[in-house]
Amino acid sequence: MLSYSIKRLLMLVPVLLGMTIIVFSIIHAIPGNPAQTILGTKATPEAIHHLNASLGLDKPLYVQYFTYLKDVLTGNLGTSIQDNNAIASEIWPHLAATIELSFAAMLIAVIIGVNAGIISAWKKNSVVDYIAMIVALIGVSMPIFWLGLLEQWIFSVKLNWLPSIGQTDITSTVAPITNLYLVDTLLEGQFGQFWMVVRHLIMPAVALATIPMAIIARMTRSSMLEVLGSDYIRTAKAKGQRMGWIVYKYALKNAFIPILTVIGLQTGLMLGGAILTETIFGWPGIGLYVYNAIQARDYPVIQSGILIIAFMFIMVNFIVDLLYGLIDPRIKYR
Amino acid sequence: MKKKYFSIVISLIVVLTLALTGCAGGSSSKSSSNAGKTLVFGRGADATSLDPAVVTDGESFRVTQNIFDTLVSYDYSKQSTSVKPSLATSWNITNGGKTYTFTLKKGIKFQDGTAFNAQAVVFNFERWMNGKKSGKFAYFPSMFGGYKGDAGLVIKSVTAPNATTVVFNLKRPSAPFLKNLAMSPFAISSPAAIKKYGAKYGTTAAVGTGAYVFKSWKHNDTITLEKSKDYWKKGLPKISKLIFKVIPDNSSRLNALKNGEIDLMDGVNPSDVAGVSGNKQYNVYYRPPMNIAYLGFNVTMKPFNNTKVRQALNMAVDKQSIIKAFYNGQAQAAVNPMPPSLLGYDKAIKPYAFDVKAAKKLLAQAGYPHGFSTTLYTMANPRDYMPEPQNVAQSIQSTFGKVGVKVKIVTVEWSSYITKLTKGGAPMYLMGWTGDNGDPDNFLYTLLDKDSIGSNNFSFYQNSKLHNVLIAAQTETNTAKRVALYDKAQVILHNDAPWVPLVYGKPVLVGKSTITGYKPSPTGTEPFDTLNVK
Repeated sequence: MLSYSIKRLLMLVPVLLGMTIIVFSIIHAIPGNPAQTILGTKATPEAIHHLNASLGLDKPLYVQYFTYLKDVLTGNLGTSIQDNNAIASEIWPHLAATIELSFAAMLIAVIIGVNAGIISAWKKNSVVDYIAMIVALIGVSMPIFWLGLLEQWIFSVKLNWLPSIGQTDITSTVAPITNLYLVDTLLEGQFGQFWMVVRHLIMPAVALATIPMAIIARMTRSSMLEVLGSDYIRTAKAKGQRMGWIVYKYALKNAFIPILTVIGLQTGLMLGGAILTETIFGWPGIGLYVYNAIQARDYPVIQSGILIIAFMFIMVNFIVDLLYGLIDPRIKYR
Repeated sequence: MKKKYFSIVISLIVVLTLALTGCAGGSSSKSSSNAGKTLVFGRGADATSLDPAVVTDGESFRVTQNIFDTLVSYDYSKQSTSVKPSLATSWNITNGGKTYTFTLKKGIKFQDGTAFNAQAVVFNFERWMNGKKSGKFAYFPSMFGGYKGDAGLVIKSVTAPNATTVVFNLKRPSAPFLKNLAMSPFAISSPAAIKKYGAKYGTTAAVGTGAYVFKSWKHNDTITLEKSKDYWKKGLPKISKLIFKVIPDNSSRLNALKNGEIDLMDGVNPSDVAGVSGNKQYNVYYRPPMNIAYLGFNVTMKPFNNTKVRQALNMAVDKQSIIKAFYNGQAQAAVNPMPPSLLGYDKAIKPYAFDVKAAKKLLAQAGYPHGFSTTLYTMANPRDYMPEPQNVAQSIQSTFGKVGVKVKIVTVEWSSYITKLTKGGAPMYLMGWTGDNGDPDNFLYTLLDKDSIGSNNFSFYQNSKLHNVLIAAQTETNTAKRVALYDKAQVILHNDAPWVPLVYGKPVLVGKSTITGYKPSPTGTEPFDTLNVK
């Protein structure tokens, strides 16, 4: 297992290197000039020319690429050309915001999705099954921006139960330690603030959870149906085991591999930035950060942002691969 | 066993519900608490820097307006762009309009405790004028003609004969000079702070003489300012804490206002205005228009090199329907390439009326009795002067169809769009402009003079007669003569018709009705020093 992990980690290098080349080529191929975008329509052509020169954007592309690569290899993610900040320090609060949101959303999606799928399979072709699958179908096809606005309208504007936007109340601040606000408030012992952060998380997390929840529910159902039809389940039933015990203890474990794959992929996608959810809920996450950089043609931020997202995606799937072995001891790593 | 699980689940639900409802409303900003009033302004995007000299975007200026002051200022209380004293209490114009002598207000301090004086003003101007190498100070060369070493730079020297006097010597008279000095990018920063923070100035620090002090910035989220204790305008500001909150989506920003989380916002969807305008809980504000949205023709491309074609298409746009459908009725049909609030707007010019028959006739005279096919480019992103560009494009497509002109619409994302237009790749395009300083030169010369080809003259329109008039108007310091020159320029532009002027938009803001003393400025941003919350 150790040698497998090392091999996998080493494979990261060519993948990420390939990513930098692809991203670099694509962003330089699309029209639009950072100097022009930064200076706006008000700038004179001379000013644009001078800024291009001072940003090094007039150099040949391969020189720009290697300068960037050197930065990355020395652990420096470069400097934003828009606001002159070090990307390494600027990117973490955004990434932390996305991680927190994705984690909360995944928790909701897994708990509800897996259980809905199990019950659906267990009570196959019953009313419960139909309701669960119709809800899942609606969940998977509901546009997030619409759901988000609807949530805000009901729970904030009409019922006044939950805050409609942001990670915290606008007038109160959380002292950042890790920038994961749930963790920070607990470390500080600020339980009131912890609760405030939770309240802010609920609506965006639910909005973000709907699609993965529906996908997980459907995957769980089909995977469970297959397992529930197998011989050892029939044997367990014949031995008089309680059905709940059979389903959760024996069947789920064997049905879980494909479910875990889906969970891994969905988590990876979420970490890539839940741009719609972040837009609706004013959530300063990585998706919005990279999106703004694309609008401004802030090349270093786009490159480093996508590199980090790719890295997260690969890591999540790596962890999923290791979890396979925990769930099913028959799986061997070579 | 089962019963036990059941009771645990039920009690969990009860606790959660109680907690949720118990904390209801706890998120509202406490704008009227006694500890000091807070105002939260919701907006669509973040600032890029808080050093006003290096930015050109309104979202940055919206914040820096409150941290910094300019030598002279626009008359914000009258929502006008006429100039009044600010850091300078008075000024003399001598030497045929080539020497400006400013007397500065005594006893003003920067927020870092250093003294504001004439040397500080000279330091700031020297910093901008020497920006050629870095190319950082975009607005400076656009408004003052260039950097040091450029022939176009209008400023010959800036000197400080004593602590309270600043003298500007110009190479030639410049009519918009005073108005330029009132612009947010030319606000005076603390020289000590600029030296101290270096490249970080504008991100970790911003120090001026303004009503509020910069406290913190969480990127893409909030910028927090606090009342400056020794602000030089007595009794101001009225609000203790000012927070700018980014909420990218227009509809959710309005939801946040309705939920009491923010107090004031801009970027209201035109279709949402009706929902709040009758409600006593909210005030709806309209910015006096100082912008124009237009349909431009690339006059170097066929058939738009034909004046008659351009005139004919001017008659084929139904501006009133566009205003009704996509501006919620809150805009004014445009006639000239500059808004009516500006000096020298020519009221005598009659607009091309929407008249399909006349347009067809003129097209036939131009040699296109059966019309032609062409492409209309439009931006994907909403702008202040055009909240729904794609819908406007479709409306134009439909009325042009009636005169036989088949239009294909191509939508391009903003950054690529600017590049496309600068290179002259669009036969017809939708565009607009928000004025910088309230001077007609900032519209007519900046957008339609032959000198502006390569920057903002996307129509590639050249007319030497117009050029001579506009250059003469730049140096004319007699107002009546200047107005006469601009009248002449507008007649030329009306007849040549390089654009279809569409609308003068009035950007909408909504705030809680507890807000008093808020007057949105035509320039797009304004200081919040006189604003109060009941």
